[in-house]
Amino acid sequence: MPTTKKNTAVKKKTNTVKLKFDTTWQYEPAPESKSAATINKQYDLFINGEWQKPSSGKYFDTINPATEEKLSQVALADQSDTDKAVKAARNAYDKVWKNMPAKERGKYIFRIARMIQEKARELAVIETLDGGKPIRESRDFDVPTAANHFFYYAGWADKLEYAFPNRKAQPLGVAGQIIPWNFPLLMAAWKIAPALATGNTVVLKPAETTPLTALKLAEIIQEADLPPGVVNIITGAGDTGANIVNHPGVDKIAFTGSTEVGKLIQRAIAGTNKKATLELGGKAANIIFDDAPLDQAVEGVINGIFFNQGHVCCAGSRLYVQESVAKQVIRKLKDRIETLIVGDPMDKNTDIGAINSKQQLDTIHKYLNIGKKEGAEMYESSCPLPKKGFFCRPTIFTNVAQSNRIAQEEIFGPVLSVLTFRTDDEVIEKANNSPYGLSAGVWTDKGSKIFNMTKRMRAGVVWANTFNKFDPTSPFGGYKESGFGREGGLHGLMAYVRLA
Amino acid sequence: MSRLEVLKTYKIYIGGQFPRTESGRYYIPTNYSGQKLANVCLSSRKDFRNAVVAARAAFGGWAGRAAFNRSQILYRMAEMLEGRKGQFIEELTQQDATREEAENEVNLSVDRLIYYAGWCDKFQQLFSSVNPVASSHFNFSVPEPTGVVSVIAPQQSGLIGLVSVIAPVIAGGNTCVVLASETKPLCAVTFSEVLNTSDLPGGVVNILTGKPSELASWFVDHMDVNATIYCESNSDTQQMIREKSALNLKRVFFYDQTDWISDAGQSPYFIFDTQEIKTTWHPVENIAGAGGSY
Repeated sequence: MPTTKKNTAVKKKTNTVKLKFDTTWQYEPAPESKSAATINKQYDLFINGEWQKPSSGKYFDTINPATEEKLSQVALADQSDTDKAVKAARNAYDKVWKNMPAKERGKYIFRIARMIQEKARELAVIETLDGGKPIRESRDFDVPTAANHFFYYAGWADKLEYAFPNRKAQPLGVAGQIIPWNFPLLMAAWKIAPALATGNTVVLKPAETTPLTALKLAEIIQEADLPPGVVNIITGAGDTGANIVNHPGVDKIAFTGSTEVGKLIQRAIAGTNKKATLELGGKAANIIFDDAPLDQAVEGVINGIFFNQGHVCCAGSRLYVQESVAKQVIRKLKDRIETLIVGDPMDKNTDIGAINSKQQLDTIHKYLNIGKKEGAEMYESSCPLPKKGFFCRPTIFTNVAQSNRIAQEEIFGPVLSVLTFRTDDEVIEKANNSPYGLSAGVWTDKGSKIFNMTKRMRAGVVWANTFNKFDPTSPFGGYKESGFGREGGLHGLMAYVRLA
Repeated sequence: MSRLEVLKTYKIYIGGQFPRTESGRYYIPTNYSGQKLANVCLSSRKDFRNAVVAARAAFGGWAGRAAFNRSQILYRMAEMLEGRKGQFIEELTQQDATREEAENEVNLSVDRLIYYAGWCDKFQQLFSSVNPVASSHFNFSVPEPTGVVSVIAPQQSGLIGLVSVIAPVIAGGNTCVVLASETKPLCAVTFSEVLNTSDLPGGVVNILTGKPSELASWFVDHMDVNATIYCESNSDTQQMIREKSALNLKRVFFYDQTDWISDAGQSPYFIFDTQEIKTTWHPVENIAGAGGSY
């Protein structure tokens, strides 16, 4: 039974010093220049090494979510365009790619990696314009990591016999790849690089709101002289994706996106011989123990949920704080989100850019309302929002119950749900009580506790005293309804080979 | 008066117990010459659900055991099987095998258990990696069991098929619910008696007898099952399994081309199928250079 004296002591401890960056320090605007990028007025479909007009003649707009201005219009691929792309991929697989000496295949992939580096600034600018993410993230994370991914897998092409002991790795054929809008270029790299290294050919569809960097990548692939048809990039919405999934000429489906669509794909390919890897949703638990270095932990939690506006499938969206430090951590979190700069993604000081689309902003608002209705306390930063474009303040919910929808469902926005716990067993139970199992985090100073927790959490990627770190050599992918198969590292090769 | 033979009651195996099916139903499989084999339990959906509860309850403990200990238990299973060879040969010959085939199948089954006993504490090293990330982090990937696996065993074989699908699943730390061969169920029941005397915790392996045509859909419908293995090439069933597996994204494996009698019937890649790869990151302090990252 705690005495009154103790209670006062605890109360005093929670009075942390509030950081007030905005009063003494004002940030001048530091915008990146749009002139670093060339965006065409219109993009056709990249099929068989050429730009081909869509057979329907239809195009759709892609806009800048930070300004709602049209950037370009891209072709809408229908069934016959998908068919052309798959045929081109099949032809390239049979006649060129599968018979090419592995080291030559590898050299093509190296060449693509180098060209991404050469055009890094342009790609970063386009990524930010088309998707809304802060230029600092496009420049320092998305584009370099995409290039590194090609570099990593390029080197595997002629070393596959070392990857799978006692087995011969054979390519699957034509890979149909469908990628999301949160890391457009990086996801294209995650999909294309291992597929090519293992001798497959590709039909890739970027998301309809963020097609431009994938189309820029198509230009790079063309410039790299990759044999025609080895990589085909077609644009469109869900229907185009469904056409790829259902095409009988496709041997393998690789999909990153929502669990809902992942399940549809799993059903759609039943009764076929198509292989699939699915990288789907998540609701990661991020756990802070009372012995953790709290300032570092708070920084990690902020990065874990607000990186890329929270449009991250592995985002640390469920924070579990040990009761004894909960008040202190929540205070620090609230103070910290006040200092986050929300606004123009092209500004190099911006921490949180634009929400990717109107539709996604609506989804986030829907969940904010659900959270309030369920009785959780909402706290949002007081920062001003730009008048145009799609923006959302960084938001924290406290007093969240395990059964609340904002603690169970993926919001995919800058919204953190905070829950508390007392014991190790309790937090493991709560953390694992989710249909998802993509990622998890734990913050503690005690080594043996780290390994106890990382071992018991049912998730494919576990960050201890860090969060949201990625590397081409590091396998990524989920347990349970977060999907199956791994991307990255040696294990990422498995998704694109048949072992004989 | 000659001695009256004592007939064996063939029951199912759930959570380390030998209940009859809760449904009270039975069927009578026969061999080629039409001889009745036994009154065998015709397991129901409820039996399957009970078995999943038992398998889930056993999962944490089994997955948490030292790999070495799992290895010891699989070896013990081989010892127990070896000791009861005669009974299995008898049952196999009753189910249409020649004496020579039966002896071969039982010997192979013992050897297969020993093969996987050896893998229990080695496959992790084969499928793990330390990943040379570019940032200042220690990063490694290791396999972990996927959870509860439902298995529809090979139908054409009485023993070797059953042993070959169970062993890699439990060697990797999973627990399972297995539906035995419908037409050759005797060895499966007797094998569960081997399991029961091998220090294998109750619930790690649960064996039901019955009809795949009736039970297959429940095997893949259940939301607390993580993976399904199906060993027949019936394309309608395969399609049904893939469709239903989408409910909670079960991992699905069709071992319909495997010759269990041959060496192709054993490999660490069978263990790998029911493993998940977990990647763990931790910062490495960088005292001499820039500060540690988080």
